[in-house]
Amino acid sequence: MPDIHVVSDDLRPPARPPRRHLLSIEDLSRDDVERLLATAHTFERSLEREVKKLPTLRGRTVITLFYESSTRTSSSFELAAKRLSADTMSIKAAGSSVDKGESLKDTALTLDAYDPDVIVIRHPQIGAPQLVARVTGAHVVNAGDGKHQHPTQALLDLYTIKAELGRIEGLHVAIVGDVLHSRVARSNIQALRLMGARVTLVGPPALLPRGIEAMGCETTTEIGAIADADVVYVLRMQQERMEAGSNFVPSLREYAARWGVTAARLRPGQKVMHPGPINRGVELSADVADRADTLIQDQVRAGLVTRMAVLYDLLTQGPAPVRELEEAVA
Amino acid sequence: MSVLHGKTAPGEDLVVRGARVLDPAEGLDAVLDVRVDGGVIAQLGERLAVNGHRVVDGEGLVLAPAFVDPHVHLRTPGREDEETIASGTAAAAAGGFCAILAMPNTDPVVDSAAVLEGLIEAARLEAEVPVGFLAAISKGQLGEELTEMGELADAGAAGFSDDGRPVVSAGLMRRALQYASTTGLRLALHEEEPTLSKGGHVHEGTVSAELGFGGYPSVGESLMVERDLALAAYEGQPLHLLHLSARESVEALVRARAAGVQATGEVTPHHLVLTDEAVRSLDPNLKMSPPLRSEDDRKALVEALRNGDICAVASDHAPHARHEKEAPFEAAPFGVTGLETAFAALYTHLVLPGALRLETLLERMSAGPARAYALEPPRIAAGAPANLVLLDLERSWRVSAEGFRSRSANSWLLGETLRGSVVTTVAAGRVAFSA
Repeated sequence: MPDIHVVSDDLRPPARPPRRHLLSIEDLSRDDVERLLATAHTFERSLEREVKKLPTLRGRTVITLFYESSTRTSSSFELAAKRLSADTMSIKAAGSSVDKGESLKDTALTLDAYDPDVIVIRHPQIGAPQLVARVTGAHVVNAGDGKHQHPTQALLDLYTIKAELGRIEGLHVAIVGDVLHSRVARSNIQALRLMGARVTLVGPPALLPRGIEAMGCETTTEIGAIADADVVYVLRMQQERMEAGSNFVPSLREYAARWGVTAARLRPGQKVMHPGPINRGVELSADVADRADTLIQDQVRAGLVTRMAVLYDLLTQGPAPVRELEEAVA
Repeated sequence: MSVLHGKTAPGEDLVVRGARVLDPAEGLDAVLDVRVDGGVIAQLGERLAVNGHRVVDGEGLVLAPAFVDPHVHLRTPGREDEETIASGTAAAAAGGFCAILAMPNTDPVVDSAAVLEGLIEAARLEAEVPVGFLAAISKGQLGEELTEMGELADAGAAGFSDDGRPVVSAGLMRRALQYASTTGLRLALHEEEPTLSKGGHVHEGTVSAELGFGGYPSVGESLMVERDLALAAYEGQPLHLLHLSARESVEALVRARAAGVQATGEVTPHHLVLTDEAVRSLDPNLKMSPPLRSEDDRKALVEALRNGDICAVASDHAPHARHEKEAPFEAAPFGVTGLETAFAALYTHLVLPGALRLETLLERMSAGPARAYALEPPRIAAGAPANLVLLDLERSWRVSAEGFRSRSANSWLLGETLRGSVVTTVAAGRVAFSA
C-alpha cells in the first residue's frame, strides 16, 4: 500500500535534533561560544536586509515564560523567535494561573502539552530552569534564574566586546558593584574566563561574595582598580533583592560616592558596559551613561542577534548548519 | 517512668542462630547463638537448644545491639500526609532502630501535656518501635516563654528542644538550662544565629559564591554553639548539640568537654558523606539545614565521630511531601529522609573505605545516642531486653523511591547502590522488622 502524504515534505519541520539546553555558561565549551558568536554575526548581516524575517524556524514553537519583570530579555527573545519565523507565545506569571497558586511544575507540564520546541524561562529562584528541563520535552533556555545564571546576557556581552575591540582573549574586564546579587556577573565571569579574558571584581566587601575568587577572578574593594581595565562592566545595585536592614552598604549615596562609575574615574578609551536597567546617579553617573562611546545600546542590539543564534543553534545541529545559513544569507 | 513509648505486646521467644555477635561495649565478637525468652536475652552460647522458639538464621550475618536514632521528625500531628507514628516507626524498624526520639516541631507544637499525651497514646497503639517525644523548650517554639517543663516531664517527655529553630535569646536559654535541671531531662539545641543564617540556602563558600545562593556561614552555627556551651558551663548543666555541621562547632565542643562541660553532640549521615559540592546538581533532595559544608568540615566531623568527641549518629529524618520538593532548589523546604538508609550509607561510605571501624559505627548508632539522652543502651547480654539488629554486610541494594516504608521519599541517596542491609530488627523484645 502506498504511503499517504497528508503533509508535503517541504511543510514538515526539520527532524528534531537531540534535546539540548542553555541553562548555564557551564553548558558551553569555547568552541560552542565561538560558533554562537559567529552565528549571531551572520544574523546581524541578515538584519541589514530590507526583509528582516528568515524562514529558518518556520513551524517551530518558542514559549517565553517570565516570572520576573523584564524589558530587554523578554522582548529580544520574542523578536528573535519572530525574525526566525517561529511561532511564539509569551506568558507572564502575573495574570496567569500562577496567581491561582499553580506550581512551576504544573505550569511547565501545561505548556509542554502544546509540544513547544523551546521554553525560555526567567524565574526568581535558582534551579527553576533545571526543573522545567526535567519535566518537559522542550529545549530550555535560562533567561535568568535568581542570582545564579543569565547565560544569554553573557553571550551578548561577549558579542558586544568582540565587535568593539576585535577580541576577548587577553582583555582585562573590571566588573563593578553588586556582584552578590548578580546572575549577570556570574555568567560573565565564567564566559570571560572561558574566552581567556582577565576579570577583576570591584565593590564593597559585603557585595563581593566570599569565595568567588575560586571562579578564577580577582577581587578588590578599591574603585581605583578599574583604571587598569579595557572594559568597565557596571552592575546595577539590585535594591529589590536587598532587604531593609541588611546593611550591605550604609546608603546609596555613600555607595555612589565610593563605587559609582563617573567620568573622573575613567580614562580615555575605556569601554563602559551595563546590563540595564541603570540606576542613574548610583552605580553609573548620567554623563557616562549618555556618552556616545559607552556600549550600552550596542548590548541591547547584540541581545537580539545573540538570542536568534541561541534559538537557531539549539534547534539545529551546530557548525554545519551555520555554513548553510551563511550561504542562505549571502 | 520510661520516656520511650510503644506497643505493649508480649515479648517473643527467639533463637538467632550462628550470627557473628558483635557488641563492642560487652567485648563480644564471636559466632554464637542468642536465645531470647519472652523478649529478654536469656543466653548466649554455641548450639543452643531451640525449645520451640522461633528460629532466625543468622549464618553469615552480624548481630549487633539495635540502633537508637536521637533525631527524627514524625510530622505528627499536622502533616500526617508526610509521616505518621506508624509509618515513621516502620521506617525506623526497617533501618535497624529499636528506639527513636521525635522532635516537637509539629503543628501544633508539642508544648503542652495535652498534645504530648495524645502522641504517647497513639504510640502505644501504632508504634512499631518505642518512641521518645521531645517537648518544646519554648511555647510554640517562639523563643519567648518557657514551656511547663515539669508537667511535660511528668507526662513522659524524653527531653526538650526547639529543633528547627534556635533559642535566639541568651537569657531564655539560660533560664531553660536552669529550669530543665529540675526535670533531669536533656536540652537538645539547634544551633543557628538567625541574623547570620538569614537567606542562606547552602553553606557560604566557593559553591554558594559561584551558584549565587545566599550562604549560611559556618560561624552562624559555631557562634551559637560557643554561646550555649558558655552558658552550660556557667550553669553547670548538661546539653546536647543537634546535627553539628562545622569544624568550628566540633572544636568548641571539644574545648568545652575538656573544661568539664557535660556536652554531647550528634552528626547526620549526610554531613558525614557529602559536601556542598553536591548541591551543584541543584537537586532539592540535597537541601537541608544545617547545610552540607566543605570537605574540611566533613573530615572534622568524621574524625570527631571516630574518636568519640561526637558520640552519636542522628538521621535527622525529615520527610517532605513530593510536591513540595518538586520545586526550584530555592523554593524547596529543608530536610531529607534517612531512617532507612543511615546504616548502609555510613557502612558504604565510611566503613568500607576504611575511614571508620564497623565496631565504632555500631557504637555511635546505638549506645552513643542512648548515652546522650541518659537512656538504657541496647546491649547483648543475658538479662538485657532484646534490642537486636541482624545485618547482612555483603548485600548490595539500590535506593529507590518505591522501596521506603516512610511516607516520604526525599532521600539524598535515590538511585545509589549501597552495601549492607538490615535483615531483622528486634525492638523491646518484639520482632519489629523482617526483610
